Amino acid sequence: MYIDWIWGLAGGLLIGCAGAVFLLGNGRIMGASGIIGGLVDGSGRQDAAERLVFLLGLAGVPALLMLLSGGGATTNLTGNFGLVILAGLLVGLGTRIGNGCTSGHGVCGISRLNPRGIIATLVYIGAGALIVVALRLLAGDL
Amino acid sequence: MRNLFALIAGGLFGAGLHLSGMTNTAKVQGFLDFFGAWDPTLAFVMGGAILPMAGAWALAQRRKPITGGDFPARPDPRIDRHLVVGAVLFGMGWGLVGLCPGPAIASLSYGGLGGLVFLGSMLAGMLAAPPARAWLDGARAAG
Repeated sequence: MYIDWIWGLAGGLLIGCAGAVFLLGNGRIMGASGIIGGLVDGSGRQDAAERLVFLLGLAGVPALLMLLSGGGATTNLTGNFGLVILAGLLVGLGTRIGNGCTSGHGVCGISRLNPRGIIATLVYIGAGALIVVALRLLAGDL
Repeated sequence: MRNLFALIAGGLFGAGLHLSGMTNTAKVQGFLDFFGAWDPTLAFVMGGAILPMAGAWALAQRRKPITGGDFPARPDPRIDRHLVVGAVLFGMGWGLVGLCPGPAIASLSYGGLGGLVFLGSMLAGMLAAPPARAWLDGARAAG
């Protein structure tokens, strides 16, 4: 457990390099919700191929890594599907209303010192932390 | 060429999310659990990602994208109600189960049925966003 931060840092550097490739190569901001959302609502129809290929790499490489390491990866997602559906709806709605998620506002926005990215990141971390406290209170372990 | 860059970027993004543990919802919720056994991993991921990205933004000031066109213009820095309302809703969903859009896609191969249910609901939420934005604007005009 104590070396988790090294994996975090290494993985983070890879994510930053991914954003750098997308920016310097294609002139685009690597925001997961924007790339997906443009396919969902049709606003990204003219570059749909590039979006789909990005998502293919995003889903495919972890699948390969999992196979190479002999499986065993897990998301530890709750089995409460009502909660999963509510969370999915909120994430989809919120990221498209607010124009970004952890990658777009968090990584790409903060690294550009964009005040919108910084504020959005503080707000969604704050909202997420409040929900986690609420969940713990409801579960009776706080 | 654009598709190649997109594939490389997507692949690196997926590798980074997977290796850093950010597809594990327990680690994400652990980061948000400031009053419990706080897990700082996500802060290292974010910090690690910001470093190369800041370098990329610096390079972007002196050149054009390799495949042509222009870099995205600096957005209007104003903090509007869409940004704040959207970030609150997103943060609530993120805190509830510990998934956001990138990791939701990256973990599809091992996320099971729950991962698919999350993805489906997220896409539905995205479809509902344009009318919700219009409603927010209407509420402002009426208020």
